[in-house]
Amino acid sequence: MATGWFGYRVTPLDRRRWANFKANRRGFWSLWIFLGLFVFSLCAELFANDRPILVRFEGAFYVPVLKDYPETAFGGDFETAAVYRDPEVAGLIEAKGWMLWPPIRYSYRTINLGLNRPAPAPPSTENWLGTDDQGRDVVARLIYGFRISVLFGLTLTVLSSLIGIAAGAVQGYFGGLTDLIFQRVMEIWSGMPTLYLLIILASVVEPNFWWLLGLMLLFSWMALVGVVRAEFLRVRNFDFVRAARALGVSDVRIMWRHILPNAIVASLTFLPFILNGSITTLTSLDFLGFGLPPGSPSLGELLQQGKTNLQAPWLGISAFVVLATMLTLLIFVGEAVRDAFDPKKTGA
Amino acid sequence: MSALLEVQGLVKHFPILRGVLQRVSGHVHAVDGVDFAIAPGETLCLVGESGCGKSTVGKLILRLIEPTAGSIRLGGRDITALGAEAMRTERRHVQMVFQDPYASLNPRLTAGAIVAEPLENYGEVSAADRQDRVVKLLERVGLRAEAMRRYPFEFSGGQRQRLGIARALALNPKLIVADEPVSALDVSVQAQVLNLLMDLQEEYGLAYLFVSHDLGVVEHIGHRIAVMYLGRIVELADKATLFRAPQHPYTQALIAAAPLPDPRRKRDKLVIEGDVPSPINPPSGCHFHTRCPHAAPRCRQEAPKLKPIATGHVVSCHLHDRP
Repeated sequence: MATGWFGYRVTPLDRRRWANFKANRRGFWSLWIFLGLFVFSLCAELFANDRPILVRFEGAFYVPVLKDYPETAFGGDFETAAVYRDPEVAGLIEAKGWMLWPPIRYSYRTINLGLNRPAPAPPSTENWLGTDDQGRDVVARLIYGFRISVLFGLTLTVLSSLIGIAAGAVQGYFGGLTDLIFQRVMEIWSGMPTLYLLIILASVVEPNFWWLLGLMLLFSWMALVGVVRAEFLRVRNFDFVRAARALGVSDVRIMWRHILPNAIVASLTFLPFILNGSITTLTSLDFLGFGLPPGSPSLGELLQQGKTNLQAPWLGISAFVVLATMLTLLIFVGEAVRDAFDPKKTGA
Repeated sequence: MSALLEVQGLVKHFPILRGVLQRVSGHVHAVDGVDFAIAPGETLCLVGESGCGKSTVGKLILRLIEPTAGSIRLGGRDITALGAEAMRTERRHVQMVFQDPYASLNPRLTAGAIVAEPLENYGEVSAADRQDRVVKLLERVGLRAEAMRRYPFEFSGGQRQRLGIARALALNPKLIVADEPVSALDVSVQAQVLNLLMDLQEEYGLAYLFVSHDLGVVEHIGHRIAVMYLGRIVELADKATLFRAPQHPYTQALIAAAPLPDPRRKRDKLVIEGDVPSPINPPSGCHFHTRCPHAAPRCRQEAPKLKPIATGHVVSCHLHDRP
């Protein structure tokens, strides 16, 4: 007998769902485009960086992307890390070897010191979408900003789904007083003005990525509770759950093995939309200046700069296009996921 | 012979909650004082109309719902008030086969995983032997070994019920509570499943509490039969006696109402009138007095007790009172 018969097997239902997902061409392509963009942004250091990918110097290879080298390694005067954009250092290296640069020679925090006009500077061959008000390259900031937005959104989605599913499962499975009390607590909690509280909390602590994630998690975990709770309330009285109870299966195992797989479908359809919401919240906090610490590449901050520098439309428009594209792609994916799990289409 | 299962004064009242404050405004008297015992290797059938509480009795014995009062003794041990962990170890001796073979199997697990679950759960067979055990169980109930890789929706109703039986057998229980196990099946398949249950009884010495509303099925599989009406047992006797000489007016009516596959046979004209009264407000005295052709004033005031009228034959009716 083959092993793994307790494990997951692709059922005909899963195949029908995948076929339904593919049948929504728009969502299917959106998924691939989004994944492509995301993978591209994960490798952002190779496309937009202020240090070369590879350096050949005096017959040896150096990889500045991965490692810091002191300037003295290339015959410079200082023990500090080499600044490859410095014409002096570049000249030293070029004399005895070569450098392989990324297509964009700016990282998100690299300031273009050679600007011959006041920042924000308009698009040029050097800065394709111009620079922001501190002389930093907009393209580089967009790539890194996209990455941090998606990573933040994904982490927040995963964590809030885990908490939400666990909370919904407990309420739905045990029902009764547990459910009653939990629901009332949630009603009060969800009545809090989230954004104001986030702003207040963000002014108390110096927010970094994880602080911000924690603060937003306090309010975002409730998204899935309703769906999961309803599903658990429905399934907990099915005969196969009774049967499991009669077999002496523990509560945790019944919830995990017998009810959760039935509740997960409803949750999955919500995930792309929750991801969307998380990204939007982060952007709005950044826009207001209560988000990621200053200097971080963030789409919200770029939008804010666009607002204060109306004479530099490349700031606002670039940030808007990236944000709108990202959110639209996710919505299309979400629609396709919803189609895929639609019981009317899968006949399940 | 000592009883395997002894039930005494079992009561289950479901509260009816009303209004915003969820106040208890009444009770459904689902089971209203039931006593019986089952010996090892014996089949006791519980028959009655729908709503008379027979399924509830089955669920109470497995403590799937908690009894309001009364005691359940399994192999001499009172399990009525056992804690969760102690109950878990007792559960392996009592298993259940459910009515609806579609609802009682998790659609997302393979047949193998379904049958293996109790084994895994009590950790009694090593992972390596588990598979062999599952194959044996499946073959014993008449399914092929390949079946374990398939999902419930790939089986017919009868096959699903066999799967349910294999799951119940996995832990070698002493008692199986079968809650209308064949009423959802085609008549042709019913007989196969009943015969399987009887074969298994002979092979493993199982006792059954067989809940059914179908007198034909009961006559085929039962050793002793208990007739229930509105949460109470009205008559309990061995099969032959009960069918030959029913003593309680309700039993008589029930047997007379059973369809017989013989068009020439004349029906006894014993038809009871009216509907089953509401279990929320059961009639005073004898629950059956509202429909009983022999009802006397005493029946309205005083509930009759189960009294033996012959060996192993008990009836709850004032007509059989011996002064």
